[in-house]
Amino acid sequence: MARTASTTRPAPSPRGSPRFLVIAAILAGLVILGTGAFLVVALREAPHGAAGTPLASAIGGPFQLVDQNGKTVTDGDLKGKWSLIYFGYTHCPDACPTALNDISIALSELGAKRDAVRPVFITVDPERDTPEALKSYVTSFDAPILALTGTPEQVGKAAKGYRVYYAKHPESGGDYSMDHSSVIYVMDPDGRFTASFTHESTPEQISERLKKLLG
Amino acid sequence: MVTKILALTAGLLVATVAIAQPAQLEVDGAWARATPGKSDNGAAYLTIQSPTADRLVSVSSPVAKKAELHTMSMEGAVMKMRPVAGIDIPPGQSVALKPGGEHVMLMSLDHPLREGENFPLTLDFQKAGQRTVTVKVEKTGATGPESAAQR
Repeated sequence: MARTASTTRPAPSPRGSPRFLVIAAILAGLVILGTGAFLVVALREAPHGAAGTPLASAIGGPFQLVDQNGKTVTDGDLKGKWSLIYFGYTHCPDACPTALNDISIALSELGAKRDAVRPVFITVDPERDTPEALKSYVTSFDAPILALTGTPEQVGKAAKGYRVYYAKHPESGGDYSMDHSSVIYVMDPDGRFTASFTHESTPEQISERLKKLLG
Repeated sequence: MVTKILALTAGLLVATVAIAQPAQLEVDGAWARATPGKSDNGAAYLTIQSPTADRLVSVSSPVAKKAELHTMSMEGAVMKMRPVAGIDIPPGQSVALKPGGEHVMLMSLDHPLREGENFPLTLDFQKAGQRTVTVKVEKTGATGPESAAQR
């Protein structure tokens, strides 16, 4: 078949022409930006790195909150002892009492070593969880729990540092529950993330791990 | 001879199982956690067993302005609580409402639930009608009606 030179259709750009290169560069740039954005978002989620890995160092961070006695507490104040940190809220009927109870039992199983571990409860519901509310809440548990709250911004910063997701879920009658990451963080005396448990972990699992860490 | 023994054993087993099934819908082991601090929400747990299929459609109690059926679910590490319209009770199976799963959510309690207290809870079933049980209040962190064994 004879090839007829067409005068109506422009010839396609051969590879290497400026227009093709520009388009390719833009596309490559978009792909790189997209991947970068995806990675930033993905790494924001709770990382599952083992202690000591780069992902593990993503847990924890500076915060300034107020305890159940109205005293200011920063992340620096937690150093010097191991900490078991759990984010929850006092109106939580299920996960939070379970987690705090597990923490209490785990600590009681450490015997004399329990003083080396500080249990910490940080609220994700600063609107309702005032220092007074936190104070009466933690007396229900058999452990010297340090309960922290603050302004919504202060709580937000602490939660972000620990990769804790939380959101209000409205209920009928103007009430609300909080959806929240339910994780018990084990932080070492230097404030570094070491291990994590959920409220479904048993007190024995937690105390066994603590015994190994405390040596 | 062996066949006869086997048949007798099978028959006894069937009879035992049949006797173990409740003749009608039963609600057992109702317990609740003491509500910590100033929280005005509480959760009650119990076990339901029915020989015929049924559905728990609503709950009420004089100690709470509102009582609903809720379930907990973990999506990744995130804990979520959501209301459910009803809980199906399949025939012959024990349905347990327990921590971490489905439960009776008591909202706007008129007083904090204290360990050792008892209060009534009424459950409405589609077929079996109403059942009222006494709920025993256990410790805040209790995982079951433990003290029931000691009473």
